[in-house]
Order: sequence, then C-alpha cells, then structure tokens
Amino acid sequence: MTVLLETTNLSKHFGGLKAVDDLSLAVQEGELHCLIGPNGAGKSTFFRLILGRYPPTAGTVRFCGEDITQLHAAARIRRGISIKMQVPGVFAELPVRQNLVIALQYRFAEPELTREVDRLLALVDLTAETAKQAGQLAHGQKQWLEIAMAIGARPKLLLLDEPTAGMSPEETYKTGEMIVELNRNAMTVLVVEHDMAFVRQIARQVSVLHLGRLFAQGSIDQITDNEAVQEIYLGKGHHGH
Amino acid sequence: MRAFLSLLNGPQTFGSSRGFWATAIAVFLVALLFPLVGDGYTVGNLAYFGVWVFMALGLSLIWGYGGMLSFGQTAFFGLAGYSYGVIAINLGANYGYPVLALFCALVIAAVLALVLGYFMIYGRITGVFVGIVTLSVTLTFATFLNQTAGPEWRIGRARLNGYNGMTRIPSLSIPWFDGDKITFRGPALYYLVLVLLVLCYLGLRIMVNSRFGNVLVAIRENPERAELLGYDIRRYQLVAFVVGSTLAGLSGVLYTAWGQFIVPAAMALPAAAMPIIWVAVGGRKDLTATLIGTLFVLWLFQTLIVISQQYALIVIGALLLVTILVMPGGYIVWVVENRDAIFNWRRHRAERLAESRAVASDGASE
Repeated sequence: MTVLLETTNLSKHFGGLKAVDDLSLAVQEGELHCLIGPNGAGKSTFFRLILGRYPPTAGTVRFCGEDITQLHAAARIRRGISIKMQVPGVFAELPVRQNLVIALQYRFAEPELTREVDRLLALVDLTAETAKQAGQLAHGQKQWLEIAMAIGARPKLLLLDEPTAGMSPEETYKTGEMIVELNRNAMTVLVVEHDMAFVRQIARQVSVLHLGRLFAQGSIDQITDNEAVQEIYLGKGHHGH
Repeated sequence: MRAFLSLLNGPQTFGSSRGFWATAIAVFLVALLFPLVGDGYTVGNLAYFGVWVFMALGLSLIWGYGGMLSFGQTAFFGLAGYSYGVIAINLGANYGYPVLALFCALVIAAVLALVLGYFMIYGRITGVFVGIVTLSVTLTFATFLNQTAGPEWRIGRARLNGYNGMTRIPSLSIPWFDGDKITFRGPALYYLVLVLLVLCYLGLRIMVNSRFGNVLVAIRENPERAELLGYDIRRYQLVAFVVGSTLAGLSGVLYTAWGQFIVPAAMALPAAAMPIIWVAVGGRKDLTATLIGTLFVLWLFQTLIVISQQYALIVIGALLLVTILVMPGGYIVWVVENRDAIFNWRRHRAERLAESRAVASDGASE
C-alpha cells in the first residue's frame, strides 16, 4: 500500500492554544479512515490545515508524495482532494443542477458533463429536484447534494466533516452505505465524525485525536476496547455505544 | 445562429425565449429607425441616457454577479473621462486621434482597476469593506481634481481647471475618404452608443452564462465552497472587477466626448451613488433588468430635475431606500421571478379555493 496523505509534525498554535500539536498521521491509498475525538481535539483545524485554509505553525503536508504545504486551497483541490463541509455548503440561490455543473465543469466537457451530472443526481436521489433552488432542499438532501458535488470531480481523497450532522437515522444509514460504496470503488476517504454507531458502520481504520495530538490508532474494536480512549472520549460505562 | 443563441442564453440571465429575442430585435430596429423620425433634441437625449448604461452594466457584473459592492464606478468614469480629455486635447481632433484617445483612456482605467482590484481582492478585503475602499478612492480622486484650478495643473496643452472642469475637449471622430472626417455628434453619436450598447450587452450575456459566469455567481453565493471546489476565486473576482470598471471608463469617455467637458462633480458622492441606484431599482442580478431599470431611473431623474435639483435628489434617494427595504433584489427581477404567482393569481386562487372546499367536505363526511 502507498501513502496518499501524510502530515509530518504538523502544528497549528493560536497564541498559547495548541489546536493541532506535532501531529503525524498517514492515510493509505484505499483506506476508509475515521478521525474521532472529543470537542476541541483539533479535528476541524486539522482538516483546515490539509486544505490550506490556515498556514501551519510548523510541519508539512504531503499528498501523493508531493509537498503541498505552500499551495493555496484551490491548487490542493485540483490535485485530487475534495471536501464536504460540516455546514451544508451549497449555492443556495442556484438550481440544484447548476450546483453540480459548477462542481464538475473543470473536470468534464460536454456532453460528458451533462451525463455525469445526471448520474450523480440519480446517485443521491435528486433527479426530481434539479430545477429547485438548492436552498429550498430539505437538510438531508442538501448534505447529499454537497456529497455529490464533492465526489463529482472524482477526487483521490475525499474529506468528510461530520457528513451526517442533522440527518435522520435512516438518512445516516444510507449515507454510510454510500460512503462504503465509494470506498469500494477505490476512493480514499477520511471522515471526521461524532456518531459512534456511524463510525462502527463504516470505518476500517480509526484515529483518535486528543488535545491536538494523535492519541490512539487502530480498528474500531481496538479503539472501543482501549481504556485510555474511553477515559477521554467515550466516557466510562458507554463501552460499545 | 442557434449556437450563438445558446451562448447568449443560460441560467444567469432572464429572457431566453423566442418571444424575448423577437422583442429585443424589434426594440433594436425601432431604435435604429428612430433618428429618421425623432427630433434632434430627443435623439441627443437618448444618446445621453445610453452613455450611462455601460457603467450600470459594469456594476451589475461586479456587484450583481460577483457580489462586490463597488462605489468605484465613477472613479473609473472620471479617470477615463479626464484621460480622454487630456489625450484628445493634446493630439487634436484630426486623423482619428480621438479614437486613439478613447482606447488609451480605457487602458488607463483598466490598469487602475487591475492595481486597485489586486490589492483589494488578494488582500482578502470582502463585504462592506470593498464599498469603503472603493468609495475612498473615488472621493480622494474627486477632491484632488477639485483643487487643480491653478495654471500649474496642466498636462501638455490640457488644463485640468479644478472644479470648473476641463472644457473644449474634441468629440470622437474618425477620418473619412477625401481628407474628410466623421464626427460623432447628434445622430452619429446616437448610433455609435447604440451599437456599443448592443455589443456590450451581448458580450456580457455570453460572459455571465459561460463557465466563468458559473463560477462568478458561485463565489457570490458561497466563496469558501467555490474555493474548495478548486477555483482560485480571487482571479475570477479580479477579472469581473476589471471588466466592470473598464465599462465605467467607457461611459466616462463617451460622456466626455458627448458634452466635450468633464468636471470633478461627475465623481463626487451624489454621482458615485447614482450607479448603485440605477442597478438596485431594476435588479442587479440580471443584465436586462439593469439595462431597463437604468434607463427608467435616468428618465425619472431628468423629468424631476426640471422641477428642482434638490427635489430630484430626494426622490431618487427615497427610491433607493424604498427599494432596499421593500424589494432588495430589484423590481424587475422580483416580477420575473414571481411571474407565475402574479400573472396566474386567478387560477391559483381558484385552485386554493377548490382545495379548501375538498378539505371541508372531507371533514364533513367523517
């Protein structure tokens, strides 16, 4: 297996606060990797560092072997990273179809573009809503639309920041299946998630962040059996969740 | 022809039906024939109205499509107007030099827009601060020109003349056969403005409905998301800013050539607010709505100003306030977006009535 994404001694300090602290983490190609940790563990900051939204205080980010630490966000995305943000980031006043066209237009030319957009609309069950303004969709539909936008450009690495936030249990389960299916089709996925049932449904590999550092790593069973992790995150008595 | 139409139509502009284009062509033909029947004053006046529309279309691009409220349109208007005046006075009115002056003035406006836009956009200045920075530039420029009354403020043969402004600026002209020349005044200027308007309107429609336009409106809606889809949003915003500001420059040159003078007051605060009002009333998010709204407000302003200038400014100011409070998207845009509800209200009411009757009878039968 080859390493797709690798951070080395990555740090981001805000004054005295060490949001991410000397974090070295590798994501292998083809992995479905979950990042968990209590609030304030540094998960969101870590994503922003990977995307180039913040300059790091120290350390490097490598993607496909290339050092991308100095690249701006759009250039990183073009190299094959994609993100679905926590708050649904759709273009509210634009029609659903146009949202997807914007996400895909630099990757595909007509007539392939239309074909791809139609395929994705069917994948996320929005074929009947193409003319609707994206802002008028139900919350779960917005989340799916954004997932479709994120995977549309066929990224090598998909970042998902709490993809099921605000979804019903059925929607959450369906989203989990969608993610597993994407991963089966050779997309590497890195997920930040709070919902442990969801993590259990999808994850093959779990990393625990705590106070900006990598605290533990392993399979979901190893992590839930790890007493130190239960201390800081799951809380005693919630074993197995 | 069909391929050309498909470039003009798209999700970013109203009016893609046959009816719309048939009406547009009819309006164009009427405008073409009008000087044959209209009196000289009206023709000149219509040319004067048309002169301002470029600035409004430019602001629609920057603000309506790009989401940056620029108060800088009159700065580029004035800069290009003064540049045209200085160059045209120095080169003289022969050999088509005024046309060269026009192009130089547009280049000067575009370069300033590029420099200002670069520092603003790459400096991550957003939202209301774009308005503050551009307004500051505009007012600084107007104030500077106001104090150039002394004889030392001259560039070659052109005196800047302070608040009285530059006068005796040559009209636009092109050389013609037998050593003759065509000077763009009266009907000739009217036709020049009309042709330029059609070209700019169609060009902008193609631009906003292209892939570029897709990304531009995406940035307006959600800049972070647009950037995280892999678009260098600063580049797109800069292009929109430069194109829109250069169009304001075109208005400035045409205005200067039309009246053969330019004054600093053309840039000052009341003037700087005008493009905002023109664009807001019709609806900034659509080029056609901007075009119609601008012509309407210009006509209204001119009608009122005959009564009293202060009165006209108050009414136009009130119009801006009411628009922002009642219909921030603009009246024309509102009507088009709600056309189904407005024009079919009888049918909708009948449907609602039938529905409530059905519910009532359901309730009665239970």
